[in-house]
Amino acid sequence: MREIDVSQITEIVEKLCMQANYELNADIMAALEEGIKHEESETGRRVLCQLVENARIAARERMAICQDTGMAVVFIELGQDVHVTGGSLYEAVNEGVRRGYENGFLRKSVVSDPFDRKNTGDNTPAVIHCDIVEGDRLRITVAPKGFGSENMSGVKMLKPSDGIEGVKAYILEMVDKAGPNPCPPIVVGVGIGGTMEKAALLAKKALLRPVDRRNSDERIRKLEEQLLGLINGLGIGPAGLGGRLTAMAVNIEVFPTHIAGLPVAVNISCHVTRHAEAVI
Amino acid sequence: MDNVITLNTPLTRDIVRKLKAGDHAEISGVVYAARDAAHKRFIEMLDEGKELPFDIKDQVIYYVGPCPARPGEVIGSAGPTTSGRMDAYTPRLIELGLTGMIGKGLRSGEVVEAMKKYGAVYFGAVGGAGALLSRCIISEEIAAFPELGPEALRRLVVRNFPVVVVTDSEGRDLYSSGRESFQRVFVQKREG
Repeated sequence: MREIDVSQITEIVEKLCMQANYELNADIMAALEEGIKHEESETGRRVLCQLVENARIAARERMAICQDTGMAVVFIELGQDVHVTGGSLYEAVNEGVRRGYENGFLRKSVVSDPFDRKNTGDNTPAVIHCDIVEGDRLRITVAPKGFGSENMSGVKMLKPSDGIEGVKAYILEMVDKAGPNPCPPIVVGVGIGGTMEKAALLAKKALLRPVDRRNSDERIRKLEEQLLGLINGLGIGPAGLGGRLTAMAVNIEVFPTHIAGLPVAVNISCHVTRHAEAVI
Repeated sequence: MDNVITLNTPLTRDIVRKLKAGDHAEISGVVYAARDAAHKRFIEMLDEGKELPFDIKDQVIYYVGPCPARPGEVIGSAGPTTSGRMDAYTPRLIELGLTGMIGKGLRSGEVVEAMKKYGAVYFGAVGGAGALLSRCIISEEIAAFPELGPEALRRLVVRNFPVVVVTDSEGRDLYSSGRESFQRVFVQKREG
C-alpha cells in the first residue's frame, strides 16, 4: 500500500488550475495555426490570429486565456493500492482549487445554490469524478469548463431505430443551434451509449482527448471525421462570424447500452478547451 | 487593417444609426461592465421605482465578468460573455437610453425589435480573447454592487477596443449574413 498525503494532492491541484487556465494546450494551438492557413473567410482568419495572439499573451503574462476560468472539473484515477492519508481526498482537491483560483488571479464563477446564486468566493466546490483503477498511482486531471459552451450542451435519449443517422442528426442540430454562442472553433465531445449520466460523462471525458488524436476504433474514427466535415460545412466559422473552421475536432466515446436505448450526449467546448494533468 | 471606424462613448443615436452590420470599429471611452446578476438588480431597482446606479442614456454596456487584476495591473482577462442571458432584461434598458452593447452570441427577437425601435447597436468582441482584450482597458472601478464580486457593475475606460457590428439598428445581423457565404450543410429542424 503506497501512501500519498493529501497536502501533495492540494499542491498539485493548485498548480494544475493555473496551468490549465494560462497555457493553451499544444494540440489546440497547432489546430488554430493550421486553421489560419486554410480559413477562407478573411474575418475568420483575423479572429484566429487574435486567438493565437491571445494565447501567447496569456502564457507570457501568466494570465487567464479566457476570463471564464470555469467551474473546475477534476478527474481522479485513484490506484487501488494507494492509501490517501492526512485528510479527505475531496477536501484536498477543493483546497487546491481554492488556492489555485485565489493565488492565480482566476475568476471565481461558482454560486452556492442554483436559485439563491450567491458566489462562494473561492470557485469551490469542484465537480469531482473519481475512478478506482489498478496500481499504486494517482492521476489528477483538472479541466476547467466555461459555461458559454457548457450551456450549449445536451443529452438525448434516442431510440435504437434512430441509429447512427439519428446520432449524427442530433449532434449537427446541437452545433447548428449553438451557432456563435460557444466561442467557435469548438471541440465537440460526444458520448454514445451507457445510461443518461454515463453518456454525459463520456462526452465530458471525450474533451480530454487531444484534438489531433482520433478514436482507435476504425468505425468511430470514421464517424468523427465525417461529422467534423459536416460541422465545418455549417458556415458558423471562427467567433461565429462566418467561415470554415467551426470545429477543430469531434471526439466520440462509446459504451455498451441497454436493448431499449441509444443515449447520446453532446458536450460542446470552446476553442480554449482546457485540461492539465499530473501523476503522483 | 482598413476601414476601422473610430467610436467614442457616449454613443449617440445619430452615430448608432450610421453603423452597419459587418462594420469593424474601435471603441474608446467609458463603458459599463455588467452581466447576469447586475442586470437582474437593474430591473429590480426599476421595478421598485429607483434610479439606476448610472445614467444609462447613450451608454454602452460590456457583458463581461473579468478576472481579478494582478498587483500593478488594471484588470485580469476580460473578454465578452454570452449576451443572450441578458435578453430578458435588455429591451427595458434600451428604452431608457442604452445605445450600445458589447458581447458575443445570439440575441432574441425582442432585443432586436427594441434596438430598431429606439436605436441601439450590438457589437461583438471575440469570445475567449480575454487576455488580448484586457490590454485595451485602461482603468477599472467598481460602480455598484461590490458584493457581486465578478458580477459587480464596473466603470471601465477602454482605448481602441476592437469590435465588429453584429446587429445594427435596422436589425441586420452579421451572424446570419456571415454564415450564408460559407454554409453548405443545412440542418433540418426537428421537433423536441
